[in-house]
Amino acid sequence: MYKLKVNGQTVELDVDGDTPLLWALRDTLGLTGTKFGCGQAYCGACTIHLDGKATRSCVLAVSAAAGHDITTIEGLSPDGNHPVQVAWREENVPQCGYCQAGQIMSAAALLATRTNPSDADIDSAMRGNLCRCGTYVRIRTAIKRAADGGNAA
Amino acid sequence: MSSDLFDPEWVAERRRATPAATLTRRQFFRVSGLAGGGLLLSMAMPGISEDAAEASVFEPNVFVRIDPDNRATITVSQSEMGQGVRTTLAMIVAEELDLDWSRVSVRTAPANEEKYGRQGTGGSASIRRNWTRLRESGASARAMLVAAAAERLGVAADTLETGDSHVIDPASGRRLAYGDLAAAAATKPVPDQPSLKTPAQFRLLGKEHPGVDVDAIVTGKAVYGADVRLPGMLYAVVERSPVHGGSLKSYDDTAALKINGVRKVVTVPAVGGSTNVHAGVAVIADSTWAAMQGRDALAIEWNAGPHGSENSAAHSQKMHELTSRPGEATVNRLGDPDKVLAAADDVLSATYEVPFLSHATMEPMNCTAAVDGDRCRIWAPTQFPNWAARATSEALKIPAANVSVEITLIGGGFGRRINPDYAVEAALVAAQARAPVKVTWSREDDMRHDFYRPAALHVIDACLDDAGMPLAWRQRFSTPAIRATYSDKVDVDAFGVGESDGAANMLYRIPNRSCEYSYLDSGINRGWWRAVHTTHATFAVESFIDELAERAGKDPLELRLALIDELEVDRPEQNEEFPFRPQRLKGVLQLAAAKAGWGKPLPAGHGMGIACGIDHLSYAAEVVEVSVIDGKLRIHKVVCAADCGPVLNPNGGRAQIEGGIVQGLSAALRERITVADGRIVEGNFGDYRILRINESPLVIETYFAETDAHPTGLGEPSVPPIAAALANAIYAATGKRHRSLPIEI
Repeated sequence: MYKLKVNGQTVELDVDGDTPLLWALRDTLGLTGTKFGCGQAYCGACTIHLDGKATRSCVLAVSAAAGHDITTIEGLSPDGNHPVQVAWREENVPQCGYCQAGQIMSAAALLATRTNPSDADIDSAMRGNLCRCGTYVRIRTAIKRAADGGNAA
Repeated sequence: MSSDLFDPEWVAERRRATPAATLTRRQFFRVSGLAGGGLLLSMAMPGISEDAAEASVFEPNVFVRIDPDNRATITVSQSEMGQGVRTTLAMIVAEELDLDWSRVSVRTAPANEEKYGRQGTGGSASIRRNWTRLRESGASARAMLVAAAAERLGVAADTLETGDSHVIDPASGRRLAYGDLAAAAATKPVPDQPSLKTPAQFRLLGKEHPGVDVDAIVTGKAVYGADVRLPGMLYAVVERSPVHGGSLKSYDDTAALKINGVRKVVTVPAVGGSTNVHAGVAVIADSTWAAMQGRDALAIEWNAGPHGSENSAAHSQKMHELTSRPGEATVNRLGDPDKVLAAADDVLSATYEVPFLSHATMEPMNCTAAVDGDRCRIWAPTQFPNWAARATSEALKIPAANVSVEITLIGGGFGRRINPDYAVEAALVAAQARAPVKVTWSREDDMRHDFYRPAALHVIDACLDDAGMPLAWRQRFSTPAIRATYSDKVDVDAFGVGESDGAANMLYRIPNRSCEYSYLDSGINRGWWRAVHTTHATFAVESFIDELAERAGKDPLELRLALIDELEVDRPEQNEEFPFRPQRLKGVLQLAAAKAGWGKPLPAGHGMGIACGIDHLSYAAEVVEVSVIDGKLRIHKVVCAADCGPVLNPNGGRAQIEGGIVQGLSAALRERITVADGRIVEGNFGDYRILRINESPLVIETYFAETDAHPTGLGEPSVPPIAAALANAIYAATGKRHRSLPIEI
C-alpha cells in the first residue's frame, strides 16, 4: 500500500511498488488525462509535475513517487484556466490533442522557473515532448503568449 | 491529384457485407459522462436508442437535433483525429441553420452505414463529400422551423429571417426560439430542395473559430480510445509474430500466470484477407501494467513463415534492378520518350529513393471490445468504423448487424487507423474473456506491426530542346504496392495505376513522357500514410524539375510556370468532377513565391527551395528557407499557398497545412523503418526519430487562394511538396543535391 498525494488529495494505492506511476494514475485512479505514448520517456505524453518539476510518469515507479506532490493535467488549475491552458485555447494549439496534456505540463513547469523564456529555453524545455500532428509552431507562440500575460506574441 | 487514387474504400467496397446497424433491439451498454476523465459505460441497461424519437425535440434528419431548451446537437459521422471534422462539419450545418454557435453540442455518430452512409475518414474527403448534404440538412431544418414560425405568427414564411437559433419577424420584431418551435417544426414537410445561402451570407464559415474539443483537451477530459473505461473491464497486451505473416509454434505461459494480476493467457489466430491480424498470444490481466509484465514472462517460439528473410538492402537492390529496364507496366505514355532520349546528346538522369515509414501516431493502437454470445460492441479510435464492424463480424462469424462500433476521439490517424486489424484483434481477445477487454499496444507493438508507407524508388531520364525546355521525360518507379497488402493476386497493371499518383499524374506539359511501374514483392504490411503515393512521387518529380531548371539555366519557378498548361497525356483514375485547372496550380506557385520573397538576396549559407503539387484535389505550393552553417541545418521559414476552394474554417485549415509540413519534414529529415530478417528493426522514438520542436521551422505561413470551387480537403495536400522544397533549398544553400530520404546533411 502506497500513499500518494495527487492533485492535493492523499490516495492509497494497493499496487506493486514498481508499477509506473502512469499506469497507477490511469488504470487505478482513473485519471486518464495523462497519456501513454512510448513507455520509455522518449515522447513526453505522460508528463506530470513531481514537486512542481516536469517528470515522465511512465518511468517513475509508484514507490519513488510516494511522499511527493504529484500534479496531473486534471489538477493543474482548479478551473482549467492556468495561463498555459488559456494560451493553448487562444492559439487553438491542439490538433488530435493526445500529446497536449504532456506539452502543457512541460510548458507550465518551464514558465514556473522562466517567466520570459527565449526560443532556446523553449527548445530545451519542450524538446522532450513529441507532437505527431506538428503543432510545434503554435506551442512556441502559446508559451510566449502565456509568458506575456496572455498577450499575443 | 485524382481524388480517389487514394480511396481506401475500394477495399471496403470489395468486401461489402450487410451494413452494420447499431444494437437498437437490445442495447446492452449505456454511456454517460464520468467526472474526472474517462468514460463510464454501464452494461445491461435498457439502452439509449439511436433511433428513439421524443415528441418535443426536433430531429428533421440524422445530423440535427434541437431540444426545447434551444440547445442544438449536431451529429458528425466522420472520425475526429485532429483534422477538425467535429468543428468544421458542425459549422457547415450550423451556418445554414443559423444556429447560435455557443448553444451547439457536437456528437460523433456510432458506426451506422445505413443511417449515415459511408463513414470512412481519409483521403482529405470529409469536407468535399459532406459539403452539400450538410448544407442541405441545415437548410431544410431551417425551412421547417420558419414554416412553423410563420404558422404561429400568421405571416408568410418568406417575410421571416433567422439568426442565433431564433426565427425573427422583422415587421413586428418578435423572436421565436428554435426550441419553442421544435415540436411544431417536426410536423412540417421536409423540403425537397431547400435554398442555400450564398457565401456572402455566411456568418460562421470563413471566420476564426477554435476547435470544439480544445477545452476538453487542455483540461485532460477528452476521451480517446485509450481512455475508455468499463465496469469490470480487463486489460490485455498481445505479443505478435515478429515477422509479418509468421505463425505461432509454441508458447509457455507458466511464468506469466504467476504474475500478480494476470488472469488468463489466450492465443489470437492470424486473420488474413484484407484484415491482416497477426498471430499472437494475449495476456489478460487486471491492469495494463500487469498484462505487460505477464507478456514479458511469456516464452514463445514463432514460425517465421514465407517472409523471414526480407531485408531493406535487398529491397533497394531489387528496386534499382527493376527500374534499370522498361517497367512491367506502362501506366501512361505520350509521344515517344524512348526514341527521343535515345537520340539526345545530353540526357539528365537521377534516382530518388525513400524508405518504409511508420505512422507513429502519438496514441498507440488500442481497442476495447465486449463480446456477449453472438453480439459484439467495440469502442475504437478508428477512421473506418464500418470496415472495423464488417471485419469483426467476419472474424467472429457473427451477423454484421450484431457488431456495433463507437468512434472515440483519435490520438492521430494519418491513415493507420483505416485498417481494422486492431479492432478485430481486440474482439478476438474479448471473445475469450467473460468481460470487456481493452487491448493496449505498446509503442514497440505499434511501430513493428504498422501498415507502412512503402519504400519506393524513382528513376527519371529527361532531355531538353534547344530552348532549354524539357522534350522528353521518362519515369520508371518501383514500390511494394500498397494494394497488394489487401489483394490475393498480383495485378501489376492495376498496381501501377494505383501507386502512380503524382508520377503518371505529373503536372508538367512535356511532349514525350511516360510513367512505368515494376512491382516489388514484400510480406511487410503496407498502408495509407498521409498523402500516400505522392509522398514519394512528388519528391522525385519536384526535385528533378529543379535539376532540369539548373541544366537549362532557368529559374526553377519560371520553368514550372512555363510548363504548367492543359495536359495531353492520359492520366489514370482522374476524378472527372475535379479536372486539372492549370491556373490554380500557377496561382499557388505565384502566391507562395510572392509571399516568401522568391529571388530576394539571402545571407551566406542560406537557400530557398520551391515545390508544388496537387494532392487529393487541392493545390499547394511551398517555399522553404534554410541555412546550413557548419554542417547544421536550420529551417527558418516555410511559406505555403494552398487552393482548396473556399476555406470553411481558416484556423483549422492553417493547422492542417502546418501539421502536414511538419510531418513531411519529419519524414524528409528523420524517419526510416528498416527491415532485417523479416522483422522491423526500429521500435520506439529512440531509433525511429520524429521531428522535435527544436528541429521544427520557427515560422510557417499559410495563404489561401480561395478559388470559387467546390471545397476540397486540407489534411494531406501540404505534405507532398515539402520534401522536395526542402531538398531544393538545401541544394541552393550548399550545392549538394539530396536524392534519398531521410536527408543526411
